[in-house]
Amino acid sequence: MTTARSLDLSRYRFRRTRNRLVLGLATAATGFGLLVLAAILFKLIWAGSAALGPSLFTMITPPPDREGGLANAIVGSILITLGGTLLGTPVGIFAGTYLAEYSPGSRFSQLVQFINDILLSAPSIIIGLFIFEVMVIPMHHSSGWAGSVALSILVIPIVVRTTVDMLALVPNSLREAAAALGAPKWKIVTLVCYRAAMQGMLTGVMLAVARISGETAPLLFTALGNNGWSLNMNAPMASLPLVINQFVNDPSEIWNRLAWGGALLITAAILALNITARSLTNLGSMKQ
Amino acid sequence: MVELSTARTETLRSRQQYLDPIFKYGTMFFSVVVLAILGGIILYLAEGSWAAFRTFGFGFLVSDAWNPATGKFGALAPLYGTVVTSVIAMVVGVPLSFGVAIFITELCPLWAKRSLSTAIELLAGIPSIIYGMWGLFTLVPLLQEHAQPFLIKYLGHAPLIGSLFSGPPLGVGVLTAGLILAVMVLPFISSIMRDVFETVPPMLKESAYGLGCTTWEVVWNVVLPYTRVGVIGGIMLGLGRAMGETMAVTYVIGNSARISASLLAPGKSIASTLANEFNNTSDELYLSSMIALGLVLFLLTFVVLAAAKFMLIRLHQRAGA
Repeated sequence: MTTARSLDLSRYRFRRTRNRLVLGLATAATGFGLLVLAAILFKLIWAGSAALGPSLFTMITPPPDREGGLANAIVGSILITLGGTLLGTPVGIFAGTYLAEYSPGSRFSQLVQFINDILLSAPSIIIGLFIFEVMVIPMHHSSGWAGSVALSILVIPIVVRTTVDMLALVPNSLREAAAALGAPKWKIVTLVCYRAAMQGMLTGVMLAVARISGETAPLLFTALGNNGWSLNMNAPMASLPLVINQFVNDPSEIWNRLAWGGALLITAAILALNITARSLTNLGSMKQ
Repeated sequence: MVELSTARTETLRSRQQYLDPIFKYGTMFFSVVVLAILGGIILYLAEGSWAAFRTFGFGFLVSDAWNPATGKFGALAPLYGTVVTSVIAMVVGVPLSFGVAIFITELCPLWAKRSLSTAIELLAGIPSIIYGMWGLFTLVPLLQEHAQPFLIKYLGHAPLIGSLFSGPPLGVGVLTAGLILAVMVLPFISSIMRDVFETVPPMLKESAYGLGCTTWEVVWNVVLPYTRVGVIGGIMLGLGRAMGETMAVTYVIGNSARISASLLAPGKSIASTLANEFNNTSDELYLSSMIALGLVLFLLTFVVLAAAKFMLIRLHQRAGA
């Protein structure tokens, strides 16, 4: 009797200890994730703030031994990202509209969503290779446009996904009410469903912008980079990630400083976009 | 009067008869574009790599030669690097992600849940190149001065696994690349695990608690078996991401074409080879071999991601039923 009880007790102690140990490890894993996030942000602010200053935004990328800024790279990044977003968003929204509104649950729709989800995680450097073959080889030169098209291929799956998800959340009673008033389907979709799903779709576009503005790999072979001032999208174009990639491993101290400054800028912008997009959806779900 | 308005409605209706199909087939066209992109990628990569496969045949995949000067190319070294770094990323990253998912679903107080998930997901927002820079300037010195000498001293002469931890502590190398990848896939895997853990009916968990199970026993015996397919899907999704990750790996893998048994030795992955060498390709065969590498990587990730997707779909079908 006593041995049975003490056996139970030791068994219980073992289970309790194992539970505490595993939960402690889980907490440690979460702490580790947060620690890495903090360490990256700390390093970025530490190394990047040295480059911050008006010249970062007014001067262009210098030769290795001169002072300079990142103006051409910042403008190039904005143009290429804007191009990618403007090219990819309509394609994504329309494709998502067809999947969610005209053929939800059909075989075709399932296939496209399946392929779309694979494109969502496909290696971005492969997209760069693809656009290199489709655009750079026939045109015989790299260009800002090629970079934009490469980025647009990263935008499309993100926007398709959020559009489908958000349109699926629109209550059918809204569509039925509009149909009862005699509205044709295209008006139901554009005037009722889009408006109801606007916030979520906007979030998708913002997340897509955040995703592409830090992408380096798809631009390596397409936009190529440019150390001069250029607004010509039909020529090789500078962009922040490309400049960072070129400058960070160079012996030139000025280049290194600029690289970290650029890294700080781009990460700050991306994290701000991410947080804004998330708080937008938060607001939306609170309203409902 | 009545006739007039009927006539107007008629013209309006006939206009709608055009607009409606235009909108329908217009949007359908764009959803076909999504399929066309995938088809285009495979076709163009296959066409571009034709020269390499014609020259080297199947041997391209199993040859470790990589010499632009003699025109001999093989995919084995980069393929090996891609596989080994991804495996390290999974070995380290999956338990970490599992821990984070358990903490968020079972332990975290409600008020911190949202901000904590956001913080972990911000890790996914940080660009690859920033991970590369942080890895090269913070993690590499740390590993080189502290972790790697320790590993070499205590594990370098151990039986069986000794050769994995031999050689000089360079800081850069396959192990470092794998560790960076582990951190990069953590937000993806943990957020999927969290999502699928939340599909477990509370009744099941409460029954187990009612029988006297500890939190860990509930997770291990109830939550995990119920969500197994989804968890594996999430892990495969992370694996697909890790295999294609470019800039972060390029910065810390050391870029050596030698295949070494040691995890501390430098190596190369398919993506890092492309990022490093593509713009220097001098002749057609070199270019074609690079594109062939790209095709191999794309097909690998395609298979892994497709498997991941199938598993996640299966879980959702069951959860919906």
